[in-house]
Amino acid sequence: MLSIKNLHARVAGKDILKGLDLEVQAGETHAIMGPNGSGKSTLAHILAGREGYEITHGSVTYLGMELLTMAPEERAREGMFLAFQYPVEIPGVNNVYLLKAAYNAIRKHRGEEQLDAVDFLALVKAKMQLMEMDASLLSRAVNEGFSGGEKKRNEILQMLVLEPKLALLDETDSGLDIDALKVVASGINRLRSPERAVVMVTHYQRLLDYIEPDFVHVLAGGRILKSGDKSLAVELERRGYDWVLAEAAA
Amino acid sequence: MTGMSDAVRPYAEGYKDFESALACGAPPWLTALRREALARFTSGGFPGEREEDWKYTSTRSLQQRAFIPALAASSAAAVAIEPARLRETPACTLVFVDGRHAPALSTAESTINGLHVNTLAAALTHDAARLESYLVPEPGWSADPFIALNTAFLRDGVVIEVDAGIRLAQPLQLLFVSTRQAHPLACHPRILVRLGAGAHGVLVETYLGLEGAANLTNSHTQIALEDGACLEHLRLQRESPEGFHVGRVHVTQQHASRYLSNNLDLGGLWVRNDLHARLQAAEATAVFNGLYVVNAHRHVDNHTRIDHLAPHTRSDELYRGIVGGGRAVFNGKVVVAKHAIKTDASQSNDNLLLSRQAEIDTKPELEIYADDVKCSHGATIGQLDEQALFYLRSRGLDPETARGLLIGAFAVTVLDRISVPELRVFARRQLSHALASQVVIELS
Ligand SMILES: Nc1ncnc2c1ncn2[C@@H]1O[C@H](COP(=O)(O)OP(=O)(O)O)[C@@H](O)[C@H]1O
Ligand SMILES: [Mg+2]
Repeated sequence: MLSIKNLHARVAGKDILKGLDLEVQAGETHAIMGPNGSGKSTLAHILAGREGYEITHGSVTYLGMELLTMAPEERAREGMFLAFQYPVEIPGVNNVYLLKAAYNAIRKHRGEEQLDAVDFLALVKAKMQLMEMDASLLSRAVNEGFSGGEKKRNEILQMLVLEPKLALLDETDSGLDIDALKVVASGINRLRSPERAVVMVTHYQRLLDYIEPDFVHVLAGGRILKSGDKSLAVELERRGYDWVLAEAAA
Repeated sequence: MTGMSDAVRPYAEGYKDFESALACGAPPWLTALRREALARFTSGGFPGEREEDWKYTSTRSLQQRAFIPALAASSAAAVAIEPARLRETPACTLVFVDGRHAPALSTAESTINGLHVNTLAAALTHDAARLESYLVPEPGWSADPFIALNTAFLRDGVVIEVDAGIRLAQPLQLLFVSTRQAHPLACHPRILVRLGAGAHGVLVETYLGLEGAANLTNSHTQIALEDGACLEHLRLQRESPEGFHVGRVHVTQQHASRYLSNNLDLGGLWVRNDLHARLQAAEATAVFNGLYVVNAHRHVDNHTRIDHLAPHTRSDELYRGIVGGGRAVFNGKVVVAKHAIKTDASQSNDNLLLSRQAEIDTKPELEIYADDVKCSHGATIGQLDEQALFYLRSRGLDPETARGLLIGAFAVTVLDRISVPELRVFARRQLSHALASQVVIELS
């Protein structure tokens, strides 16, 4: 589904990604872990199509398409979704309006009929219940004045409504208390299916207690230094990252 | 008429035609008033860029047009003005075409108790003596050359009076339509609004330029609010892309009165508005909400002024501009007089600059002569938030829609301050309609 080969990227004259490889197949769940500042969000942003990154080497294919030439909205319409580490507040833009515009843009791209307002609201309300979100958040401006936890839930709500093929989750677990974490994790688990893939960036093993990954990768020094199964996450939690860096340097 | 500048000569010539075309029988004071105003205008001429208030707005293009007075009645198709009509049931709608009342397009006279609405032409015919004191220029405002011009060509407009204690639920709409003419016209509507003590009213003043209309509208609105009176005013300027528009709104406010102005500039080639409120007695409040949309080679200048002349008066001003081309000027002056203690005044002007070709000049001015006041002001010029744009695109929205949504959100902050719900709906519809051809805009 997603194939990243030897990706090099720089930001503001600084090399951040230095030969990153990653293969993700449909049905798989991957966890990317790594020290702060190692480039995890940079990778997520590049995959979602954010401007400002200079790709100096490498290629990315997504569902057989050259991902790096696609506009952000094309990627979204082809089923890619990024849950932002820091969801953006957009005063004056209504939350449910954005959801509906996004939903219909994606359906239109697929040649499907637009959903009318009533049916759409019913769909959103059902998903909101799953996320244990207050219905009043729908009529508010996108993320404006939302608490940290509400923002993260709102990202997952969008994901559940848009039903992406590839979900990239950038530290969706950070800043959540344990109850909220369970709700968010169950939302993510709901999306998992043989046709979809999930790539989650996380600092903590605790999310992986609720969402069991098929693969765990360590991103450090701009590359995937080590990959393994979920037991690697347990080991990282216990030993930190230094031994991985030392092992890679040896 | 020696020493007269070339720019004012057409108006002096036009005045002769105007005066002879008027039905005879004007009271002598009115003729004297007009002539005196013309003399003031012709001797002073158009304002020049050396004048502080005209630093960023040149009247040169206006001077070159040599507009002629509208002598004959013109007509407009009902269907053409439909988009600017308040769809929600207004108490009454008065339509003027090129400055002259068009009864066929207007609603029947209002029969609402305590509300008196007349055209100025009718009032001057039947009740002129009573109007004299209103029409004589107020001190301090007589120096304005455009008001002098408006007074010289005083003929039609509207007189609205609301009796003390009358609370009108439905809005009144005045619709001034400008039409295409072989030789562009100058129209000078005058609007007098008086609300008695405790009266409440809602006024929608609309300027609509039809396709190809390249006239000058030079309107002057005088509003007087007695103790405890409350007026919400929506002034919508949708002149054609070739139209010239000068608007003067003067408000005098008595004790505990409240004036809420919503000023929308969505059209016009060359626009200059001056909105001025005088808070003359304690507890009076003025709220100014403004939105201007400027593109192409258009020029839109909004000057506002609030005089706090009594203690415990409040003002709250928010003007926003969406500028994708041309030039936008904002000058907001707040003056707090010496004895106006406990004044509470806040003002802000925010601009969205969407093009490198566009220019914005913004100047907030605070003049405070009193102690113990709470005043704040600020001006910003910014661009669309790149992070927000990316966020929206990452959800599948195309860039045009995403931009339109953010521009709409910026504008709606102003429209949300309109307090009468049906006016808010009307303003939103006008905004999205008028902008459809300029920028893609979405209101969420
Ligand atoms: N726009 C930017 N300008 C300059 N440096 C940046 C920018 N974005 C990210 N960086 C730098 O790139 C590195 C990786 O950042 P990031 O991808 O956010 O790390 P992570 O998500 O793994 O914590 C950091 O050193 C950060 O300071
Ligand atoms: Mg990060």
